[in-house]
Amino acid sequence: MDDNTRETGRRLAGWLLSFLWLSAASAAAELPPLRWAADAEGGAPYVFKDPDRPGVNIGYEKDLADALSRELQRRIDFTQYQFSSLVPGLERGDFDFAMNGLEVTPDRARAVRFSRPYYIYTLQLVVRADEQRFDSLAGCRSRGGVVGTLEDTAAERLLDELQVRKRIYDGNVEPYQDLELGRIDAVLLDTPIALYYAKRNPRLKFAGAPVGRGTYAIAFRRDNVALAQACDAALQRLLASGKLREIYEQWGLWNSEQEALLHEDGTQSAIRQAEGRWTVRDYLPLLLRGALVTVKITLLSMALAVALGLPLALLRLSRWWPLRMLATVYVEFFRGIPVLLLLFFLYYGLPSLGSRYGLESWFNLSAFVAAVLGFGLNYAAYECEIYRAGIGAISVRQWEAAASLGMPRGLTFRRIILPQAIRIIIPPMTNDFIALFKDTSLVSVIAVVELTKQYQILAKSSMRYFEIGLATAALYLIMSVPLGHLARYLEHRWGRGQ
Amino acid sequence: MTELLGVELRGVVKRFAQRIVLDGVDLAIEPGRTAALIGPSGGGKSTLLRCINGLTTFDAGEIRVGPHTLGPRGTSSGDGAVAAVRRLFGMIFQDFQLFPHLTALQNILEAPVHVLRLPAREARARGLELLQRVGLADRADAYPRELSGGQQQRVAIARALAMEPRGLLCDEITSALDPELKHEVLRVLDDLRSDGLTLVVVTHELAFARKSADQVFVLAAGRVIESGSPDEIFDHPQNERTQRFLSQVLA
Repeated sequence: MDDNTRETGRRLAGWLLSFLWLSAASAAAELPPLRWAADAEGGAPYVFKDPDRPGVNIGYEKDLADALSRELQRRIDFTQYQFSSLVPGLERGDFDFAMNGLEVTPDRARAVRFSRPYYIYTLQLVVRADEQRFDSLAGCRSRGGVVGTLEDTAAERLLDELQVRKRIYDGNVEPYQDLELGRIDAVLLDTPIALYYAKRNPRLKFAGAPVGRGTYAIAFRRDNVALAQACDAALQRLLASGKLREIYEQWGLWNSEQEALLHEDGTQSAIRQAEGRWTVRDYLPLLLRGALVTVKITLLSMALAVALGLPLALLRLSRWWPLRMLATVYVEFFRGIPVLLLLFFLYYGLPSLGSRYGLESWFNLSAFVAAVLGFGLNYAAYECEIYRAGIGAISVRQWEAAASLGMPRGLTFRRIILPQAIRIIIPPMTNDFIALFKDTSLVSVIAVVELTKQYQILAKSSMRYFEIGLATAALYLIMSVPLGHLARYLEHRWGRGQ
Repeated sequence: MTELLGVELRGVVKRFAQRIVLDGVDLAIEPGRTAALIGPSGGGKSTLLRCINGLTTFDAGEIRVGPHTLGPRGTSSGDGAVAAVRRLFGMIFQDFQLFPHLTALQNILEAPVHVLRLPAREARARGLELLQRVGLADRADAYPRELSGGQQQRVAIARALAMEPRGLLCDEITSALDPELKHEVLRVLDDLRSDGLTLVVVTHELAFARKSADQVFVLAAGRVIESGSPDEIFDHPQNERTQRFLSQVLA
């Protein structure tokens, strides 16, 4: 055997070894990790960021997922997903299952396949510690109190059923925050949330006994029967072995109610509500109410922005540099930060600042005022620049012609420059107006229900994203298209002679 | 008859950055007379005119308009004097500078109504009278873009006259016009001389200067190099640069 043959043999052996190793590895990786979606944003005690280790998720559902992973002998990867979009996300195939305190409801049961229940929750009313007026939902309703809750939850439906005035939030933290600030009168949420957020807060207290009762279950795609069955079996084993109870006890969530889990055979028993059949006549009034809020916020914000933008532009054109500087800082600041951040700051940040200096009554803005102020301040920066460009586009010789007639600067600006600039200003300002009109959908983060939010709520509870979406789009167009026409008319009117 | 006003410049210096535009200008325009400022381009004629009504500041010397005195930039003769001078002398620009969003009549009424606070009815009657005087009574409601250049310039003159000035500063007011339109504007100007208005006319229309001016000043490189009656300047120029300028223009 010469060197050459030996070399070939060694190479062959190497290839063979690599091949064997690769196929072994691929056998182990035959089942890709399961993708589990939940919302860790303000999600305690379900899944949330460990306050001590921000890179790590903890929570009783995280522990449950780990236990399931061991039972199924399969890795489970966490996917961050907006809670209110979990069901459509599952249908889209963004992940394999959603486990995030999803209550078993008829609407959801139509859209997804639920596992057997893994937790039995109740709803807890929480009020301020010094609340004397009522200690129950009925009491709250008779006094016209407003109750905060999460969107598309059993708590929200109970409030609707009892016709209690409600306010809808996106996260678990904000309702309790607003309750403390006196913006709402009570919060009705699932016991685990109340236990985690309100129990330890000395300024809040539980009002009355828990009400309602329902179950959490894992949601799968309807056609994913195999995974659903495997998980049901795994949950059954965790229940029987006492492992599930161990997890709940660790998080302070175990109570006698949970004994019933062993006997809950599946999902259907939890569904007691009648299935609603929605028609346009049911949801259109709600959409219109949302549209009204959108219009109100848009008109008031734009009025503020247009009114504030002009003096800002004048400051920017001032001959005195400190004034120019002031306006420049304003424009750069409000143009440079996201309006979402501004809304959060005005609504949640200002009150905490105010309480530090004893100015609560000044800084504790209502959600509506915060929305108008936020968009108004933000858009004023843009309108300022539009004014500035428009005014700058008028020749300095027009200023001179007016000056030679003895017209003072203020009069010249008002009578000669601004009327000519308006023609230049109107088109970009209309653009901003229409953009603002759509931007107002951001205000749902501070619990204002406008058109887009109303759409989300309706679409989620009816699972008719397409149909209601079309109706919503039509409403937006009905409002924005005439705006464009109005702008062209104004442009024409102000453009006389030019 | 109201008192006639003269204009007097003493040692007026104007610099733009490093460039000297007016290099110690002395001249006196007699009350109620017409003065033509002529000379090569870039000689400082327009800048001089703009200094007289405060559109441009100057660096040294002084300018007297009737009882008012303008000082160089940074001196106490502030906005008050400038405003007073602007009330006495109107200005007509080469490119008209009518207000494009207002009709001819509205252009004329703007300052009387909002600066002098004349009653609308009275201002309107006077405005129409002025339009008639410049031969545009039928175009009162036309917007500037609907008027020819000559018509626009005549509206501009009427607009300046509406403030009842004692004089007009005319900055090459026919330069942007076609030859056949120049005459209608110059005719209006001739007409104004008989009213006792003091006219300061920067112009390239040497024929007009010769026929209508009482005094002629030749400006070159920021100085008055020669002045006198039209006959003296056009028929017997003493300065060699005046002779060269005239021969180039009249050639």
